Amino acid sequence: MIGLITKRAGMAAVTLFGVAVVVFGLLRVAPGDPIAMMIGPGATADDILRLRASYGLDQPLINQFWIWLGSLLQGDFGTSISRRIDVGQLLLERLPATIELALMALLVSMVLGGFIAIIGTLWRRHWASGAIDGVNGVLLAIPEFVWALALVLALGVAFPVLPLSGRINPSLTTDFRTGFSLLESLLIFRFDLAADLARHMTMPVLALALPLAGIIARVLREALSEAMMQDYVTLARVKGMSELRLILFEAMRNAIGPTLALTGVQFTFLIGGTVIVEKIFSYPGLGNMAIDAVVNRDFPLIQGLVLMFGVIFILINLLVDFAVVAFNPRLRHG
Amino acid sequence: MSALLSIENLSAVSRRDGKPILRDVSLQVESGTIHGLVGESGAGKSTISKIVLGIVSGGVVVTAGRVMLDGKDLVQIPERDKRILIGSQLALIPQDPLTALNPGRHIGDQLTDSLRMWKGFNRKAAWARALELLDHVAIRDPARVMDQFPHHLSGGMRQRVLIAAAFAIEPKLLIADEPTTALDATVQKQVLQLLKRLQAEHGTSVVFVTHDLGVVAQICDDVTLLFQGKVMEQGTAATIFNAPRHAYTRALLAASPRYDNPAAGLNPIDDAVIAACYAQIQQFDGVQHG
Repeated sequence: MIGLITKRAGMAAVTLFGVAVVVFGLLRVAPGDPIAMMIGPGATADDILRLRASYGLDQPLINQFWIWLGSLLQGDFGTSISRRIDVGQLLLERLPATIELALMALLVSMVLGGFIAIIGTLWRRHWASGAIDGVNGVLLAIPEFVWALALVLALGVAFPVLPLSGRINPSLTTDFRTGFSLLESLLIFRFDLAADLARHMTMPVLALALPLAGIIARVLREALSEAMMQDYVTLARVKGMSELRLILFEAMRNAIGPTLALTGVQFTFLIGGTVIVEKIFSYPGLGNMAIDAVVNRDFPLIQGLVLMFGVIFILINLLVDFAVVAFNPRLRHG
Repeated sequence: MSALLSIENLSAVSRRDGKPILRDVSLQVESGTIHGLVGESGAGKSTISKIVLGIVSGGVVVTAGRVMLDGKDLVQIPERDKRILIGSQLALIPQDPLTALNPGRHIGDQLTDSLRMWKGFNRKAAWARALELLDHVAIRDPARVMDQFPHHLSGGMRQRVLIAAAFAIEPKLLIADEPTTALDATVQKQVLQLLKRLQAEHGTSVVFVTHDLGVVAQICDDVTLLFQGKVMEQGTAATIFNAPRHAYTRALLAASPRYDNPAAGLNPIDDAVIAACYAQIQQFDGVQHG
């Protein structure tokens, strides 16, 4: 077990180093200059040179890279060029909002996808299962940003029932101790705050969750139908178990492993989707900040963000691996 | 003596092409006896047992007949009643022990399902009863096996577990669907003896589906011999083996390899006998449609 963890940690370190090299290299190759974005029209060539030197951008690229990496290892992500704030601090401020959004979207997609898969399996010999497949096809064929725009039009414009942007109504703002506002408001029994946070989250969560729900439903339904044809389900049916119980307690155990593995991979795509969805709904998370950082060519911030996303992806993959083993006794040792 | 299970004039066809699968099958299983259902592949023996257990595939349509269990017709009663009746009164020992246990559930949970659903056992009592059952089918260290998964057990052990599970609810009727086909010859014999012993102890009625006449001779009281979904010969095992009336039965008996008389060699069934059987089937179908 310790050997496994060491191995995974080593692999994670190598992966992150690769990510660091690639993001650093790409940013320097891509057109655009952070200094050009921040100076006023009246700046002299001397001003520009001085500014470049103050951010270390006058150094050779290889030196810049080693300086950045060396600071990183000491926990220093550098200073944002556009915001003049410590990048690490910015990331920590925004990370909880994105985690809440992504986890909520994952939860919704698993509940919705699981529900569709179970109903579809229950009615698999009924004409209605065709209709369910149709709905499912629509869910997974439409990408998250199109869902986001459709939701804005439907629930924000045509029937303006939900707030269009932000995370919480500014008039409600209280001092949250952590960035996990929704969780915190529930823990301190401020359900008025929780309700407002939930209303703001509904549209971005749905936009992210609907395509993933479609994928989960399709894979799980396939796995469940396959499991329902196995001998052990027939034997359980002779024991007198109801159809729903057969699905939930006999077939689900063996269908959920492959589904979880795929959900993990797709969840990393969902995290990628938060970038554009957070921007559409002006949701104050990492993704929203990432777009601003790219527009401003804010090298340290972009690098920090990409590394942060890299860490998130690695952690998700690790969790998925453990979850798959947990649900398949044949993969467990002993 | 009244029959526990009475199949009366059961006919079934294939949904796809309407071809007959069962042709007017009638048989009675008396209380406390073992009834052998014998025939080659495609004779309809498994279809009959599946109809009785309510697990027949959608490709088979029952067109006529009754399956009476304790005065209730399993073909006619509502789905929910049927599920409860079958779950609480019937049990199945399946053909392939390697696929019949859920790979994702502990042996103990799978053994206690029926007890908890139909016998009102709580978790603890069901667990204790399951330990006894495993001990009874000669599984060593039952407490450990209860906590294991199917992939930890050998084929023979899994079949013992399945037999223990089948007897758990003291079923009125047990259907054994070629329970030894997938096992090694030596294990086959042990499992057969175990089955016979438990049947005698519990006084359970058994429908024993097999293509092995040697097995039939060892354990069955009555025999129904099927060919192409039609009953060819029916009677007590003694009659069938000592005084077979149908040419097909005689040919089948003659074809069984005799370990005690190797000099007899192998006697494949004469084509003429099979042709006569098909002629009989055709004549039957002609009468049905004419």
